[in-house]
Amino acid sequence: MKTEFNMEKKLYTLALLVEDIPGVLSQVARLFSRKGYNIESIVSGETDKPGITRITIVLLADELMISQIAAQCRKLLPVQAVKILDEAVSIHREFALIKVKADDRNKRDEVIQISNIFRANIIDVSRESLTIAIFGEKSKTTALIGMLEDFGILEIAKTGTLAIERGRSTIYDDNKLKEEYNYGKNVL
Amino acid sequence: MKVRSTQAIMECLLEQEVDTVFGYPGGTILNLYDELYNYKDKIHHILTAHEQGAAHAADGYARSTGKVGVCFATSGPGATNLTTGIATAYMDSSPVVFITCNVAEPLLGKDSFQEVDITGIAMPITKATYLVRDPATIPDVIRQAFAVAATGRPGPVLIDFLKNVTAPDQMIEYEFVHWRENRGCSSIRSLAHTHELKAPEPNSDDIDILVDMIGQAQKPLVICGGGVVRGRADKQFMEFARKLDAPVAITLMGGGGFPGSHELATGMIGMHGSRASNVAANQCDLLIAVGCRFSDRVALNPATFASQAKIVHIDIDRSEIDKNVLTDHHIVGNARHVLELLNQRLTQQEHAAWKDEILSLKRDTVVEECDQLTPKQVLETIRQLVPENSIVATDVGQHQMWSIQHFHFEYPGQLLTSGGFGTMGFGLGAAIGAKVGNPDKVVIHTTGDGCFRMNCHELCTVEHYDLPVITVIFNNGCLGMVRQWQNLIYNQRFSETTLDRGPDFVKLAEAYGLNGYRVTNRTEMEQALTAALASGKGCVIDAVIDTDDMVRPMVPGGAHITNFLLE
Repeated sequence: MKTEFNMEKKLYTLALLVEDIPGVLSQVARLFSRKGYNIESIVSGETDKPGITRITIVLLADELMISQIAAQCRKLLPVQAVKILDEAVSIHREFALIKVKADDRNKRDEVIQISNIFRANIIDVSRESLTIAIFGEKSKTTALIGMLEDFGILEIAKTGTLAIERGRSTIYDDNKLKEEYNYGKNVL
Repeated sequence: MKVRSTQAIMECLLEQEVDTVFGYPGGTILNLYDELYNYKDKIHHILTAHEQGAAHAADGYARSTGKVGVCFATSGPGATNLTTGIATAYMDSSPVVFITCNVAEPLLGKDSFQEVDITGIAMPITKATYLVRDPATIPDVIRQAFAVAATGRPGPVLIDFLKNVTAPDQMIEYEFVHWRENRGCSSIRSLAHTHELKAPEPNSDDIDILVDMIGQAQKPLVICGGGVVRGRADKQFMEFARKLDAPVAITLMGGGGFPGSHELATGMIGMHGSRASNVAANQCDLLIAVGCRFSDRVALNPATFASQAKIVHIDIDRSEIDKNVLTDHHIVGNARHVLELLNQRLTQQEHAAWKDEILSLKRDTVVEECDQLTPKQVLETIRQLVPENSIVATDVGQHQMWSIQHFHFEYPGQLLTSGGFGTMGFGLGAAIGAKVGNPDKVVIHTTGDGCFRMNCHELCTVEHYDLPVITVIFNNGCLGMVRQWQNLIYNQRFSETTLDRGPDFVKLAEAYGLNGYRVTNRTEMEQALTAALASGKGCVIDAVIDTDDMVRPMVPGGAHITNFLLE
């Protein structure tokens, strides 16, 4: 039987562990662009292992596309592990800094109240503005930004989505496809 | 032991048993060439006319010998001239290590003279690129580069040394380790733990599933792809085909993986595939593709391709599975290994009725008897006069398809052709590389007048190194394949495909110090080729053929595989 793929397009999250060598981020990003995939967000940062960077990418794709792109990523030499993070079994978070216009006391109070509802923090204040830090799921940051638009948003600095699996399983479990690689033998 | 960094580079090449390098010197690579001067007895350097020619020659050398090709070029334009050659090698999975040098560290990133970010440019057309800024890393990088190029699915790798890294006063610690031992060096070992540097082990259950599927199939078809050629799995493939007792269709890149003259071979499959192959793909109930990636020139329309059949894909590269055509079953592994395991478990099958049905569609080539020279007459003359094991390098277009349809390739590395990238001008360079790597074989280069004009300057390399490469130009005075499309699909609007211009190829050959012959009928062709073979030196045969000859059969791109536009 041919493999059945869900052809419905949705947002997929892909986590990659890569060696931290010059040009690795561009190598990964260029793979996506030349294969015609659109990146919604990309985040890169350190991991618990020295010299290893984790890149988290969110993209709009169907199931066939995402399995193909994961296979293509695994081919890149600096890439050590690739995992598709299913929304149902993983936690997704993003972080945003939002500078809002608030030039009188009432407006400031209102912004602070809204921020409290969202459990966001005020991290800077001036006579004309407030800067808010929010951490949470994309829907939450989007909702807060929507609420603050009424006051006039001066600037937003936002990360892309970060994701990690729930429970004990980690990206290290998927260090290449186990059944195909016999680590014991080193026959190049 | 402390050695000069350039000395370490040369020694590292010797570790890999490299004895031939193709290349072109220049400002930034001077240090490397200076060291090469010390090694000229051990490393034979072929100086081409153009870096592109060197790249194709290294590629042709690799394809024909099965070894890793090596190519040198300088920074900037030297490096960018390689790019077409690198992409050609990448698309056809040919193992070549390209070595370039870049400007010195203090000049890097300053838009210095002849500076270009070649590692960035080559990134999407190589398996790996290395920018070497620290001389101490030279042995690791070179060892890794060769391991990466040659293992798994082979492919090109590029190493870019900064000029200061190769400076004569750079001394590094170096110990000679033969490649068989250095594959265990720490930098490669760490790669091997996480990467496909070694062939993935085929899964035993997957093999059993395929054996079951074969047991149930009434009408199996095997496709011999480029993986059989690259993996040198021809013997295993032959045993498998015999045991399966099924027709074998051959892709362009698979030429030589299975003998074209074998009774089970149905010829090429795809756009210019034979009726037997294409009909078989459309009627089989089990299609087993070995080392083939179902490109748009083979599968044509992925949605209708072999839609009645169960498709089994055997490939070394997991990312090829379900990429172009959805499969029912797959085995990831080296073709040779997978087929060995399959052959152990498979019992002799029999498919007499199905074989009859398909093999009866095979047509012997009929060579026309007429005064005007035809492509078939040219090819038939070559086939009759040259030894059977001759290597054929082609360019791209009509002559390429004619050559592959007409000749029967018997062993891997006999056919050198740019299948994936379709590089016009590939042939002469590849033929040079093949002749250097296989001095006892006759090397024939078939080309068209359009293709030949692109890289004909490599005739000076043919002459200088006294390489008896025989170039046969299918001269129809036009870009034949494009004109064929214009004829069939664009209402005979021959936009910019007429090549009614010079040079006179006979005089051109003579200008390069080679023999040139113009032939207009079969007798002249026979005489010219006989003279060329007897002369023992390079020559050019300008075979004048009709402008409107077409490649038959033809299925238009994206159409159903048996929807022949031309029979």
